[in-house]
Amino acid sequence: MKEMEVELLRLIEKNANLEVEKIAKLMGKSTDEIKELIGHLEKKKAILGYSTLIDWAKVLDKEEVTAMIDVKVAPARGVGFDKVAERIYRFPEVKAVYLMSGAYDLSVTVKGKTMMEIGHFISEKLSTLDSVLSTTTHFVLKKYKHDGIILEDEDEGDKRIVVSP
Amino acid sequence: MTKTSYISKQVADLKPSGIRRFFDLAAQMDDVISLGVGEPDFVTPWNFIEQSFHSLEQGYTSYTENAGMIELRNEISNYLRKNYHLTYDPTDQVIVSVGASQAIDLALRAVIDPGDEVIVVEPSFVAYVPTVRLAGGIPVTIQTRAENEFKLTPEQLEQAITPKTKAIILCNPNNPTGSLLLKEELEQLAKVIEKHDLLVLSDEIYAELTYDDVYTSFPSIADMKKRTILISGFSKAFAMTGWRLGYAAGPTEFIAAMVKIHQYTMMCAPTMAQHAALEAMKNGRQSVLQMMESYKQRRNFIVSSLNEAGLHCPTPGGAFYAFPSIQTTGLSSAEFAEQLLHQEQVAVVPGDVFGASGEGYIRCSYATSLKQLDEAMSRIKRFVIKRRALQSSQ
Ligand SMILES: Cc1ncc(COP(=O)(O)O)c(C=O)c1O
Repeated sequence: MKEMEVELLRLIEKNANLEVEKIAKLMGKSTDEIKELIGHLEKKKAILGYSTLIDWAKVLDKEEVTAMIDVKVAPARGVGFDKVAERIYRFPEVKAVYLMSGAYDLSVTVKGKTMMEIGHFISEKLSTLDSVLSTTTHFVLKKYKHDGIILEDEDEGDKRIVVSP
Repeated sequence: MTKTSYISKQVADLKPSGIRRFFDLAAQMDDVISLGVGEPDFVTPWNFIEQSFHSLEQGYTSYTENAGMIELRNEISNYLRKNYHLTYDPTDQVIVSVGASQAIDLALRAVIDPGDEVIVVEPSFVAYVPTVRLAGGIPVTIQTRAENEFKLTPEQLEQAITPKTKAIILCNPNNPTGSLLLKEELEQLAKVIEKHDLLVLSDEIYAELTYDDVYTSFPSIADMKKRTILISGFSKAFAMTGWRLGYAAGPTEFIAAMVKIHQYTMMCAPTMAQHAALEAMKNGRQSVLQMMESYKQRRNFIVSSLNEAGLHCPTPGGAFYAFPSIQTTGLSSAEFAEQLLHQEQVAVVPGDVFGASGEGYIRCSYATSLKQLDEAMSRIKRFVIKRRALQSSQ
């Protein structure tokens, strides 16, 4: 059961678009079994959602701006970093928040239409929080690989000869 | 030049490979989806490639020892012990070769005297028969049967043996049928082999790519190690076909004889490839397992799709080939493959190129992206339906 779950999750982690019928064939199971398993994994929140990886630059004239912000915070008694993290991750422009080991505490990824917009978020919302001690902002200049996917793979074509022993 | 031909009679008489003819047909066409490829669709894992870069940067651009770098032979020896419970001394029982292909050639040349018979179990990898001939031996083929899942039976083996039989080539799992001989089956064959004192060339290049059952390496069968030359390599499970790297392991006497030929005819296997292979042996397990899972899934997919399309296809136990029957279409293997190529631009290999018993079957490699495989299956289905309609209107 566990193995089946892992196999299924690995398949749809790579391609959330894979039809149930195909998953069933690949795993050698019936479609009903796969549907049930997916339902089960959704219910226990192992599957949290199905998103699409998009290269917005291919569609919009200007790509959104992404910033990764290193945030130092003063943890609060009893709740540690969780409370301040929540204050931050509730903002819709915040796309990711991680608690980090090392020189700073929270790594916050923010997306905005312009650098100005992100600057505004940092100065108005983030750095004004009581427990935030300091922020260091890094803007992303170019994305090479995201979530395991290489964005501009020049030539992924099959380089094999068509028939071989 | 006055002679009518300078080409040796041996070579002139060699039949050109049926694969080659089909390659020429398919290569002329655009937009072909190929299920005719006998190699992985994965690119070599990056850490192997990167290790090879590193070795080049370090200046490892010269020959290695004839038998291959000792570090690599050590790792191969460890690998065989860990995965197949085999013990081979890396100093004199392992040779690194230019692909399993060269290891097969070396092994045959090392043991064959003119007129010796070597048993080849068909349908088989296309190189065995010609390689036996070129070594001066006489290939004696056994035709395995679909009703035995294309597995060699002890009775068939017994019948093929003559006083001149010196060796048998076993390929497990098999190219092109994907059939996998299990431990008990190997033990039955071993009895006959022992009785007639045969030497075994065990081509286990697809050993890692077995999906349902525990794999048994032939030399791990009781008393077989002393009469077996194990042949394997990096091409399939490690996705390294273009690096041209394989190996053989066996009793000292055999390996020494192979090294003797190798030192004069090849010197050594490519050095940069040996460095990549070293990384593959040390840190390649994870990549191999991932590729295995993907092959297994695609095997399940292609087998159920072929059966749905009306081509009877049992589930192969290993390698990355499905070998469905096309007999219900009323076409020969060659006709089926050619018409499929022309009408639907899907390339498969007609089964008869692998031996007479392959007639009535086609080899479909599922080492192809799921998207391509899916499209190929729809096309094959459409082809079979059209063919059926034609048959019933006649
Ligand atoms: C059964 C078998 N043995 C040997 C080989 C040759 O492999 P290599 O690339 O190591 O020479 C192949 C390749 O197709 C094969 O299918």
